[in-house]
Amino acid sequence: MRWLLGKDLRILARSRLLVGILVVYPVAIALLIGLAISRSPAKPKVAIVNLTPAGQSVELAGRTLSVQQYASELFSQVDAVKEPTRAAAAAQVASGKVLAAVVIPRDVVAKISSGISQAQVEVIYNGDALQQSVAKAGIGSALAEANLALSKQIRDVAVRDIDVLLKGGELGILSAPQSLIGLSHIPGALRGIAARQSSPADRRRLDQIAAFAAFAATNLGISKDVLRTVSQPIAVKQKLLHGRRTPLDSFAVVVAVAISLMFVCVLLASGGLALEREEHALGRLTRGSGRRPALLSRTALIAEKVTLAATCAFVLSAAMLCAIGAFVALDWSRLPLWLLALAAGALSFAALGVAIGALAREVRAASLLAFLLSLPLALLALVPSGAVAGGLYAVISVISFAFPYKAALQALDAAVNGSTPGIAISVAHVLVLALCFAALARLSLRRAE
Amino acid sequence: MSVLAAGEPSLSVRALRKRFGQRVALRDVDFEARPGEMLAVIGPNGAGKTTLLSIVAGVQGASGGTVSRQASEVGWVPQQPAVYSKLSVAENLRLFARLEKVGDVDGAVQRMLAQTGLRDRADDLLQELSAGNRQRVNIAVGLLSDPPVVVLDEPSTALDPTQRARLWSFISTIAARGSAIVFSTHIVEEAQRYADRVLVLDAGRRRFFGAPAELAASQPGCRDFESAFVSFLAQAQR
Repeated sequence: MRWLLGKDLRILARSRLLVGILVVYPVAIALLIGLAISRSPAKPKVAIVNLTPAGQSVELAGRTLSVQQYASELFSQVDAVKEPTRAAAAAQVASGKVLAAVVIPRDVVAKISSGISQAQVEVIYNGDALQQSVAKAGIGSALAEANLALSKQIRDVAVRDIDVLLKGGELGILSAPQSLIGLSHIPGALRGIAARQSSPADRRRLDQIAAFAAFAATNLGISKDVLRTVSQPIAVKQKLLHGRRTPLDSFAVVVAVAISLMFVCVLLASGGLALEREEHALGRLTRGSGRRPALLSRTALIAEKVTLAATCAFVLSAAMLCAIGAFVALDWSRLPLWLLALAAGALSFAALGVAIGALAREVRAASLLAFLLSLPLALLALVPSGAVAGGLYAVISVISFAFPYKAALQALDAAVNGSTPGIAISVAHVLVLALCFAALARLSLRRAE
Repeated sequence: MSVLAAGEPSLSVRALRKRFGQRVALRDVDFEARPGEMLAVIGPNGAGKTTLLSIVAGVQGASGGTVSRQASEVGWVPQQPAVYSKLSVAENLRLFARLEKVGDVDGAVQRMLAQTGLRDRADDLLQELSAGNRQRVNIAVGLLSDPPVVVLDEPSTALDPTQRARLWSFISTIAARGSAIVFSTHIVEEAQRYADRVLVLDAGRRRFFGAPAELAASQPGCRDFESAFVSFLAQAQR
């Protein structure tokens, strides 16, 4: 087997273009995918037209809310391009320079201040369905954030005023009396006055009013919590059920390395085995019956191809992981686990590769088949549960379980980030798949002859 | 090379059968080859020539019957050169010599380079050689272990007349050293010219096994061996 291994390495060394492509292509793809996953989407570029007069503010229950503050909140959520008029903003959208335009109309202050009619902002979209979808999602999110901030301001004003009504003090509204007594103080005051009344009917009447004031004070106190609930009905409290939380950039590293490992392994193993057939050497190498081959058993041939592909891909991906580790914070104390996960993944991908190579008659067909299989496997493994219909996700899960990419990804994630499922389970899964695909390759090789 | 008793064939094939699903490719084929003999397997397309030779060489298994030699005792030269185009002539020979566990690898390589007349091309990559020279390397690989039987599947296909003549000269020297040569060919003139005996296969059946002259004699009135062969086949198929 070692002589065949030496032959393959010599052929590889003489195929510099192939080696270059095998290294550069998966690394480039892996880095692109890694960047796409790790970088949060850029803020949408949006034209904003604020038609409200400068410095205009909303007077709400005697308090002043700045419209400019609302606009600023909106600006912070997007890459804002200020435009003076609606027409200029629409032109920017039409030219594609901005994704959308938000127009804050002149009457927005009056509508908010009225407390009766809802204020509206206008959003102008353009582009194809995908652009519109992105714009709607981005603008919708930005407007929701700005609305939430405005809602919080209004809630804070209302809560402050309720406090004054309950405890007494200055309300700050022009028509309001000075030094309000506060609803919570009224029952005590009334009971004192009632005790000094000679008429039983007057005392009973004053006691009724004091009881009502106590009831009103209690319920007005509750209304502050109601206001908080209404302004943000559901607050998010985050808790991870199992394992450590994997930072997105660390996960992106794992995805990128796993993809490189898969591409190099599958391409080398499938191409290596297909090359034997393309060179018509397969029959010469493996002729002979079962246990008494003339040169090499089919099992030894498969083992040689798996060893070659797995070793090359292991070295490449380990170097890639270590190089990325120089830029991204990774836990270097887990290095032995990284190598274990990479080795197991390399074996399973190489076994998948030889299974592909056993089916294909030439290197080009094997390479094409390897790409056609590897790309969807990588994409399917990244589909999160809930992103697609339940039935479809079940199908995706079965496919991901039956092929080594997801298991190898989980093993590497567990090794690098300590995520679940643990590395032992994932590595066992990967190795079982390696055995299955090697057996499939052995069977295919026999049938193909 | 193994030592045989006087008169004992180098290769003996008995009642060989091969079935691919419902299709029968070989039906109880018998023949033998003596040391130093050149045996040609001829027949129309689909007669089962390549199937027969590949079973003798151990590339595929038989459905029934016996072959007296193990695959390791048979030198196999497939129709398409089964050598690596990105390795040099010497590297190819050295690789296969090592895989065949030849005792003196360098000696075997030098011997083959000398026999093929490719010593001055030893370091050239196979992809840089002509079709004729590639075929010579292909044959040389089949001879590395000095096997008692050499099986060649249409070795002269795709060669020009000059290359063919050189090839047959080379093969004749191998036979002269005592190896039994079993080859298939589409060019029946080659069978007549170089073979001691011919095996005529048709639809997986043995139709004739004997000297080319006997086959020609069985078809009186034919102007040459090829027309005698065609006439014989037509007669056999009736």
